[in-house]
Amino acid sequence: MTTTTYAGAPVELDDEGFFIDPNAWTPAMAEEMAKADGIDTLTEPHWTVLNFMRKEYFEKGTGPTVRVLGKTSGVSVKDLYLLFPKGPAKMAARIAGIHKPKGCI
Amino acid sequence: MTKRIVILGGGTGGTLTANRLHRHFRHHNSEHQPVEIIVVDQDDHHVYQPGLLFVPFGLAQQSEIVRPRHEQLNRDIEFVQDLIGHVDIHADTVHLVGGRELPYDVLVVATGAILAFDETEGLTGPGWNESVFTFYDLPGATALAAALDKFDGGKLVVNVVDMPIKCPVAPLEFCFLADWYFTERGIRDRTEITYATPLDGAFTKPVASAALGSLLEEKQINLVTEFNTGAVEVNAEGLGGKLVGYDGREVPFDLAVVVPMHSGAAFVGRSEGLGDDLNFVPTNKSSLQANAKPNVFALGDATNVPTSKAGSVTHFEGEVLVENIIRYLDHRELDSTYDGHANCFIETGFGKALLIDFNYETEPLSGHFPAAVGMPLLKESRMNHLGKLMFQWVYWHALLQGRDIPGIGADMPTRGKEVPTPDTSTGTTQGAT
Repeated sequence: MTTTTYAGAPVELDDEGFFIDPNAWTPAMAEEMAKADGIDTLTEPHWTVLNFMRKEYFEKGTGPTVRVLGKTSGVSVKDLYLLFPKGPAKMAARIAGIHKPKGCI
Repeated sequence: MTKRIVILGGGTGGTLTANRLHRHFRHHNSEHQPVEIIVVDQDDHHVYQPGLLFVPFGLAQQSEIVRPRHEQLNRDIEFVQDLIGHVDIHADTVHLVGGRELPYDVLVVATGAILAFDETEGLTGPGWNESVFTFYDLPGATALAAALDKFDGGKLVVNVVDMPIKCPVAPLEFCFLADWYFTERGIRDRTEITYATPLDGAFTKPVASAALGSLLEEKQINLVTEFNTGAVEVNAEGLGGKLVGYDGREVPFDLAVVVPMHSGAAFVGRSEGLGDDLNFVPTNKSSLQANAKPNVFALGDATNVPTSKAGSVTHFEGEVLVENIIRYLDHRELDSTYDGHANCFIETGFGKALLIDFNYETEPLSGHFPAAVGMPLLKESRMNHLGKLMFQWVYWHALLQGRDIPGIGADMPTRGKEVPTPDTSTGTTQGAT
């Protein structure tokens, strides 16, 4: 676990950079994290995905996988990769301030 | 009045559940009202799925791994062969496509997972069953056997499109067996084997991932990680092609063996309130009661519980599920719990195999099973290979019949396992990562 500062506030992250407490997240933090990840500006489609991920997380206890995102977020898997080139599920989950999505063994 | 239990699916989970329930109620008539058990399936072919791995290499034949479903069920159990239209969970009724309606007191969903070929662009297009194959169903495994027989060297790519899949170690086993097969045929030196996986290593869990990763290296099998297949493209001549990842990476092949995405059965999607976005049935991971309604239970590949989709899981779940159905019919609290126990042999070629044993909390570790003296875990041995071969007999004669298998119970044994110190392993406590 590490502590870092996003948008002027201290935030605790796990070893892979995911928020320990998703409630500590603010949209301003997302902008800052996205920049560090090579996304200059979070556009409307980015926010569609980020908001959808947070909604799913709070409803179901885990963020969706890329496949479920493609089926249910209204953004196709191809576009998801254009928006979040380093892998939509992980990258978007990190920027959205939620835990790493659970896949299955 | 007779209570009716309807079991959807006559595979591993449905069959062993039906036989276990039948045995229980035959011996406990005095405590219970009469119970009628019905099993529904769309066909009468029970495939021993672990056998599919061996078909492409000519090590198993269709006739050895398929038996009639109805013959695996006790004769007092009714077997209905029909397609399932949908389940009305509000009216506790299954609607079959043929028109029959089956009202139930308890429903068990054991319809497994289906292969979602259509979700990957180009997978079943030109070149399908010519240079692009799967071994996850019988027609695919049979077609691949013919293709491997003719294969004279080149690039073999084994690809998992996305998780979850049935038996997550099977694609690795396929790589290991291919290494053995090409060596035996004297063409290994002109054959390149590549394993392309969406995971960040050979396997999901750190200790097993490291052990299996070393085995791949030892056998000179290339590992491509975090590869998310966007499309399968076949060359104009129909011979060979490439996998194209969503991130733009390409993996060229002469022969591709692809494990397609998996979904739950289609009727789950047509049954309001029963399934999730992928048609798997959201199920309590300890009690195996479905979230849909208290009288609906599910087991095996059909559920969304966070453990492997594997026969051993289904077998261990079956013990708990049957106990909880009995409790439910008795109006008693469900308190039998499943710990996520899974147990798999991993065939590694040249007459050897590994064994892994794990549950929701404990990842696959090295050591011995079931206790300090026993079969070696996470280590190649001939004994494990013989265990894997012998298991087919156990499957037809004990497991499906719902008999307990000595030494292999629903709860994972901890004796004999070597627990790593925290610095050699991370993240061992989550059921799935």
